[in-house]
Amino acid sequence: MEPAQDTFPRLLMQHARVRPEHPATREKDLGIWQTWTWREVADEVRAIACGLAAHGFTRGMHLAIVGDNRPRLYWAMLAAQALGGVPVPMYQDAPAVDFVYVLNDAAIAYAIVEDQEQVDKLLESRPEVPTLAHIFYDDPRGLRHYEGLTAYDQLVADGRAFDRDHPGWYEAEVAKGSSDDVSVMLYTSGTTGRPKGVRASHAAFIAAAKGGCEFDHLDASDSVLSYLPMAWVGDHLFSVAQWLVAGFTINCPESGDTVMTDLREIGPTYYFAPPRVFENLLTQVTIRMEDAGALKRWLYRYFMGVARRCGAEILGGKPVPLAQRLHYAIGNALVYGPLRNVLGMSRIRVAYTAGAAIGPDLFRFYRSIGINLKQLYGQTETCAYACLQPDDDVKLDAVGIPAPGVELKIDAGGEVLVRGPMLLTEYYNRPDATAESIDAEGFFHTGDAGFLDDSGQLKIIDRAKDVGKLASGAMFAPNYIENKLKFFAHIKEAVAFGDGRDRVCAFVNIDMGSVGNWAERRGLAYSGYMDLAAKPEVYELVRDCVDKVNAELAHEGELAQSQVHRFLVLHKELDPDDDELTRTRKVRRRFVAEKYAVLIDAMYAGRDVQHIETLVRFEDGRSRMVAADIVIADAKTYPAVSGKAA
Amino acid sequence: MTGPARGGGEVILQLERISLAFGGVKALTDISFDVREHEIRAIIGPNGAGKSSMLNVINGVYRPQEGTITFRGQVRRDMDSHEVAKNGIARTFQNIALFRGMSVLDNIMTGRNLKMKAGIFEQAIWFGRAKREELANRLKVEEVIDFLEIQHIRKTPVGRLPYGLQKRVELARALAAEPTLLLLDEPMAGMNVEEKQDMCRFILDVNEQYGTTIVLIEHDMGVVMDISDRVVVLDYGKKIGDGTPDEVRADKAVIAAYLGVAH
Repeated sequence: MEPAQDTFPRLLMQHARVRPEHPATREKDLGIWQTWTWREVADEVRAIACGLAAHGFTRGMHLAIVGDNRPRLYWAMLAAQALGGVPVPMYQDAPAVDFVYVLNDAAIAYAIVEDQEQVDKLLESRPEVPTLAHIFYDDPRGLRHYEGLTAYDQLVADGRAFDRDHPGWYEAEVAKGSSDDVSVMLYTSGTTGRPKGVRASHAAFIAAAKGGCEFDHLDASDSVLSYLPMAWVGDHLFSVAQWLVAGFTINCPESGDTVMTDLREIGPTYYFAPPRVFENLLTQVTIRMEDAGALKRWLYRYFMGVARRCGAEILGGKPVPLAQRLHYAIGNALVYGPLRNVLGMSRIRVAYTAGAAIGPDLFRFYRSIGINLKQLYGQTETCAYACLQPDDDVKLDAVGIPAPGVELKIDAGGEVLVRGPMLLTEYYNRPDATAESIDAEGFFHTGDAGFLDDSGQLKIIDRAKDVGKLASGAMFAPNYIENKLKFFAHIKEAVAFGDGRDRVCAFVNIDMGSVGNWAERRGLAYSGYMDLAAKPEVYELVRDCVDKVNAELAHEGELAQSQVHRFLVLHKELDPDDDELTRTRKVRRRFVAEKYAVLIDAMYAGRDVQHIETLVRFEDGRSRMVAADIVIADAKTYPAVSGKAA
Repeated sequence: MTGPARGGGEVILQLERISLAFGGVKALTDISFDVREHEIRAIIGPNGAGKSSMLNVINGVYRPQEGTITFRGQVRRDMDSHEVAKNGIARTFQNIALFRGMSVLDNIMTGRNLKMKAGIFEQAIWFGRAKREELANRLKVEEVIDFLEIQHIRKTPVGRLPYGLQKRVELARALAAEPTLLLLDEPMAGMNVEEKQDMCRFILDVNEQYGTTIVLIEHDMGVVMDISDRVVVLDYGKKIGDGTPDEVRADKAVIAAYLGVAH
């Protein structure tokens, strides 16, 4: 009898039987896309698993995985699962100090990492992590004189020897697994407080992956680019769970810097990116178009106008007059098609964005040139799976209908609650947190404030705990305001303040790429971020954006009172290395408010300039005090326009 | 400090009593020093001390008026640059000497030129040996690209790259020739701190992974002291110091040349 395909290692064996020669993993190495078939992947995973066993790894243990998206690291996850262990992928760009917490929390004894950089960080954390005993590495470069480490090749060789000596052992281990076993532990990004280890079962991730594959008709013929951090739940769903459920091909880029080239070469059919990636792509396109010849610029402007008018409607299957359709077809041949090709999106059937709000212009741009970009909603705790947008009902301001198998309701306080097979098993070693977020009826409290619109799609307003009140009692949703600001290409990051205050003020980070380009075009000389950010011309540019946001807010009922009265452009970029952002680049609101308290006080005290000194940490580990006098500017506010509610 | 694996090798290059003059200008006067297998040997000195001239003597661009050069046991008056390249010596230049209009990949491929045996006719029609050679050479070049982490600029014309990356491409081209002795003329000039750190790591990695002997000229004392096994100090065309970084750092003549003496 066929064993049930209810754990990832069993799914892997199944693919190796059913489609042994189908490409499972590709990686660009030495300039060439190297391919491993399902049979080869299954064989390699088996060797890693036996190798881990030979080095003493047993059921229930945790295996830390640190590095860029490398095939061997993905395979190591499966190997750990095959032994009944739990892979714990970690954010590869975190500094050693951040490693210590997770390594200790998960009591890591075994770690497999990509290269010298990660080995160094592990060794640096080791004195504080007594459990860490075994480190395996993929890329031997620079590690020749290190002692007490094991190379990947050695691990695999040990594994093959172990396998020979213990025939049938691997199969028996895989057979021991149960679908309720924890399949992976992913750490929350820790927007508030310490990161928590979210434990999800095989059943949960398989349910989420199956639901998604059915919803979007994904199968073995699809292809994805795996380039987002392996520690992030989105990548785990797309590059591991759906990979094993659908049996498609994952492609690992050559390096972090080559992603755009690799994307173009692979031409994935299924693509996922947070809004900032889509934004960067669009910024690049815009900059390059500005450098193009007059005819090309004209063509681009003209046909993008056509696309704006009817592109999204055509893609959504809405009725569009024939003349416009013809127009669009010409544009498709001359502009949209080539543009999709340059972006590496010619073959995309389904593209998703999530993790942050996406700007209306940005969203419309991609849809209007024929890319089926949709939104989804989910958390680490729900396997990134709660709501999805159907192909024929894609909206900008909502995140989709409850996905197959997901029950969703809004509680009295406006918080979004979900229930279904995709929920986490528990937070690791945190029964208190588990009890707090999963109620007696089995609903998970997402912490997001939202509501269902007329068509049944979920609309998210803000994090429930961030929603506050102005002194007047009007609702204050900082994220909502910040997102509106961030939709401007010139603004990279914004932090709004106003809870318990009489009016709203905001910090702004300009976008170096976009504003830098703007400055160059008008011959504005600058030496770096700090210099550029302080230019009066840049302040005018930002003021313009703030004014527009205020004009919009004036139309949004209660939110009209949330217009930004004063703002300043920060002298440094908010940075995860300075703890101002999480690794997934979300603002740590409270931390920023404390760190820059003098600036906030100055804004509300009505001062025009404030001196501040901040500690800045550089990439090479050094840090330095940076002092600056920051100008605080006033923005134009508008009288509230009644009629349309928020 | 220097382990037995590094720097303890045999002398592969011996320069004896080298003097070089351009008309009345004496660039180098009576300089002798040696380079051992696998070591990183630095030549330092203030501007105009004769560092680049020294490097040019080693790879045969200049012909010294006096003195002898012994390379791998062969004694000669001067080095012939073509032969130098064949003997496994490669170099980079102080002012980058790349083909600016060509892609990074093509630039690095030129470093393989000496390894190609196929005739011009075979190469023109991309046939037989030419094809096999190109593939083998491309593989070697890709290894270098991977080693120096420049995959993302493989197809970019060199002229469009920032300075620090151009320097790295130049190093890549030199490495593509699989040298046993690598001459680097101010590999870190004009770089910011981060780029310098990267370059240091690459130089150390080259030395460790390929066992390449490296002679480098550098302005930045800190960098030199960190990565070199032995250091030669030149001043006004004369050798004023020679030894390990610690010895050189403590040398009075060197301190005087670098920091100036109180008058």
